[in-house]
Parts: sequence; C-alpha cells; structure tokens
Amino acid sequence: MTGQRLLKVKFPADPRILRKVREHVREACERGGCCEQVVSQIVLAVNEACSNIIRHAYKGSRAGEIILEIFNNGRELEFHLRDFAEPVDLTSIGPRDPREIKPGGLGTLFIREIMDECAYGHVQGNAGNFLHMKKRIG
Amino acid sequence: MSYAVRDDSGYAVVELTGDVDLSASPEARSAILGCLAQSRNVLVDLSRVTYIDSSGVASLVEGYQTAKKKKLRFGLIGVSEAALSVLKLARLDKVFPIHATLDERIRADG
Repeated sequence: MTGQRLLKVKFPADPRILRKVREHVREACERGGCCEQVVSQIVLAVNEACSNIIRHAYKGSRAGEIILEIFNNGRELEFHLRDFAEPVDLTSIGPRDPREIKPGGLGTLFIREIMDECAYGHVQGNAGNFLHMKKRIG
Repeated sequence: MSYAVRDDSGYAVVELTGDVDLSASPEARSAILGCLAQSRNVLVDLSRVTYIDSSGVASLVEGYQTAKKKKLRFGLIGVSEAALSVLKLARLDKVFPIHATLDERIRADG
C-alpha cells in the first residue's frame, strides 16, 4: 500500500448503509482531485463491489463487516475492500457477456469496465476475502 | 427511494424517485412486476432517479423480459443523466425503448 490514505471506513454488510458509503467515496475521490465523471464511475464501481460482498460473501447476512480503504499514490487511486466471510469461490466471479440481456452479472461487468485493475483473493488464514482495484487519475 | 404508480394513456407509469440501489431495488422490482402481473403495459419514469446500480438495472431488465413474455408494452421515459450513464455502461441504452416523455412514447406507439 502506498500513497496518501484518503479514506478508511468499516461498516456493516447492510444494504441500507451503502448510500452513506457512496457519500464517503465521493468525498474521498473529490479530495483526490477526480473530475465529476470519474467520481461517479468510481462511486458506482465501489458500490457494486460492496453489494457483491453483501450478497455473495455474506449471503445477505447483515451481521458481517466490510472494510474499505482508498489511497492516492499520485498516478492512481487504489481501493482495498476486505470482508470476514467464508472464502468465496474465486472462479465463480466473472462478468456476464455484455451482449447478453439478463439481470445478473452486471455488477462485475461495471467494475471491470470502470477500473483499470482488479484483483480478488482470500485473506491468509481463511480470514475473509479481499478485492483490490485501481483507477488511473494522472 | 420512493415510488408512485399512476395510470396514463393505457400505461401504468411507475415513477421512481431517489437512489435505486441494493436496498431499494427490491421495491422497484416489485412495483414493476406487480403492474405487469396485472397485465398492464408499463413505463418506468426515471426522471427523478439520482442513482441506479446493477440491482436497479436488473429490475428494469426483468421488467423488460417479463413484458416481452406476456406480450405487454414496456419502456423507460425521462431517463435522468445519472441513470442513462449506467444504462450505457450496461449496453442497455439501445435495448430498452427510451423516450423523453410519455407523449413521445405514445406518438411512437402510433
């Protein structure tokens, strides 16, 4: 992790909290110097990532927690998400074909379209899952 | 998010207001599918939507597909900038029938 930390927030895996999380992300990206279009895209991508954690890692349980950090290393913003759920099947994470018209798989598609880099993994010791994303700003 | 449903010119117009995200999209989905279950043509008014995510878009897709199966009319009207940018990202801006107003949709219906 390098650069200035713009945000660190820990919140319950509750969909009702996502609006507040989006506000925090927006403020952090604005402080990071992003234009409005990029801010909106990032807010969407981070929201999608959090929604996926709530739905798939915690399977809708609101008892879990999510940690979000945002860093600015001058060239890019880095987004680190971490949950404390059971390890997810990483092979099942994938966007749908954008040519398909179906309700599911859009969240991952949005993340892949918006972010420049995206990496998923398990936290050591079966202590949850992480998602790291990067968005170039320079 | 809040919503209202009104009858206008042969359509159930479902007006969504606010953020349509994971917490709110079940309500949006229920409103849209509820109208379709009553065999009503549906237009979803997105002019007051300030944010929509994949779960909100999924509700619209499900409405579109359900309407198609039931041979009912479905479309979007007054799509806000916030909503349009997300529909474009999903490549759905050319799939849903989209019109600026109800009147334009009615004219297009012929």
